[in-house]
Amino acid sequence: MHVILEQIINGLTIGSFYALIALGYSMVYGVLKLINFAHGDFFTLGSYLGYTVLVFGAAFMTAHFGLWGALIAALVFAGVSLAIVGLIVERVAYRPVYPAGRLPAVVSALGASIFLQNTIMVGWGPRFQAYPATLIPNVHIQLGSIHLTLLQIMILLLSFALMGTLYYIVQKTTFGAAIRATAHDRKTASLMGININKVILFVFTLGPALGAVTGIMVGMYYRQISFTMGWNYGLKAFTASVLGGIGNIPGAMLGGLILGVLEMLGAAYISAAWKDVFVFIILILVLIFRPTGILGEKTAEKV
Amino acid sequence: MTSLLSIERLSIFYGGIQVLHDVSIHLEQGEIVSVLGANGAGKSTLLQAVSGLVPIGSGSVFFRGEKLNSIPPYEIVRKGISLSPEGRRVFPTLTVEENLNLGAYTRKRMKDEVREAKDRVFSLFPILSERRRQLSGTLSGGEQQMLAIGRALMSSPKVLLLDEPSLGLAPILVKQIFDIISEINSQGTSILLVEQNAHKALNIASRGYVLENGHLAASGPTASLRSDKKIQEAYLGGAALKKRPFPAKTGQS
Ligand SMILES: Nc1ncnc2c1ncn2[C@@H]1O[C@H](COP(=O)(O)OP(=O)(O)OP(=O)(O)O)[C@@H](O)[C@H]1O
Ligand SMILES: [Mg+2]
Repeated sequence: MHVILEQIINGLTIGSFYALIALGYSMVYGVLKLINFAHGDFFTLGSYLGYTVLVFGAAFMTAHFGLWGALIAALVFAGVSLAIVGLIVERVAYRPVYPAGRLPAVVSALGASIFLQNTIMVGWGPRFQAYPATLIPNVHIQLGSIHLTLLQIMILLLSFALMGTLYYIVQKTTFGAAIRATAHDRKTASLMGININKVILFVFTLGPALGAVTGIMVGMYYRQISFTMGWNYGLKAFTASVLGGIGNIPGAMLGGLILGVLEMLGAAYISAAWKDVFVFIILILVLIFRPTGILGEKTAEKV
Repeated sequence: MTSLLSIERLSIFYGGIQVLHDVSIHLEQGEIVSVLGANGAGKSTLLQAVSGLVPIGSGSVFFRGEKLNSIPPYEIVRKGISLSPEGRRVFPTLTVEENLNLGAYTRKRMKDEVREAKDRVFSLFPILSERRRQLSGTLSGGEQQMLAIGRALMSSPKVLLLDEPSLGLAPILVKQIFDIISEINSQGTSILLVEQNAHKALNIASRGYVLENGHLAASGPTASLRSDKKIQEAYLGGAALKKRPFPAKTGQS
């Protein structure tokens, strides 16, 4: 019994990685109907920037602000940097091609992805980089028969706090309603007095920032990062956003968490080697039986 | 004297195709003015141009003497012109209340004003108050039309632009909607009304314009339009008027 519970908790941990990255895909898709292939690389770049802060700035910052200060600095620095990178990519790679339709935007997104990936490779080298091992005290916690680490608890707390905040903004505030309205019908949204450019700005800064924070958490969890990891995580997260209903923000969170849990259960009870296959079989089944995803729009529009 | 809203020699092009030719229309404080025309005449295009949704080819739109050309839609609402678009265009996955709140987006920090505007909308359309937590995609067509009008009122506009508010509604609802339009007007909002239900539209308005293929074909006080033979035949169903006060719709876009 405790195996299944532990696997569920492990699944929620990696599921929240997928969920946080999936939010970036889904928000941008919702507002711009664009699949931002560069998003996985935002995640990677954030992870590398956090790595640099922690490795090279750690001694200095730990001395002045303590360990938690260094961690917060890494998260904030990577988050803010990626918000800026997100804006630049939107301006340079996407905005000029919007009028040309969706296909050129997809090609441009792939180009941005390759560009970012190569920039990371040139900047940090093509080999794996290792996150410092002793960052978080290696505390083990026994909850009944379930075994957890302090790091895992922190990751879960931060992830759920971020998702909760975003959920609140999007579902409960008027600005959130404006984002959902813009995703549904841009023209009518502008008639409400909503400046679409501000909504685009929001999704293109918040999405990459969440990706960057996730990149740091992944680095601390697995301790190893590579310049190509954005593809793998990006693909899983994209799958998660389709699973939840692309464009739907609670759906992206739910899709990520479900995907993570299924992956871990599949790895434990079926075969670790086949866990990715398992994930994509689920995706295919969902797409066959519920093409709009779990929470996708039911388009109950009256004409 | 400057008009509240003044459209001067407006021409609009979609790609290379001209759909409005030199159209001039004005709306004074307190008026309801109707614009009639067949499908494709350019009525919606006219309202969208005023709202900033389609670029102005030539000519101008003035609101209280200020030129609106090339001001984006979200600024035009802020100035006091609000459009209830053709086909209602409510946000189906948002609740009735969220739709209304978005209507007041330009004043979202002014909580009291938003609440007052909402109270006013609820008193005009009590059904919306009952349905406030319901997803607007699940409303009936008539309720959605009320929501679209209510949402447009939430910004407390000086000028309300209504694009075919009676489209697809049952006769009893059509009457109700027109009564409410009169009431909105008597509360001080000037209204530019686009309609295919010419009979009703002329009854409610003080003046009217007729668009034909993007050209202004006639204009004047509603009484003189109603007595115009050509307009009677083309828009008021000619002699059949008395028997069929609600001419069947030939289509919708
Ligand atoms: N986005 C567009 N691109 C190209 N042509 C358009 C576009 N919108 C409208 N048109 C054309 O412009 C003309 C005027 O259309 P408009 O919608 O303004 O007519 P309307 O009078 O509102 O018609 P209806 O009564 O059917 O609503 C039509 O010929 C239409 O096909
Ligand atoms: Mg029209």
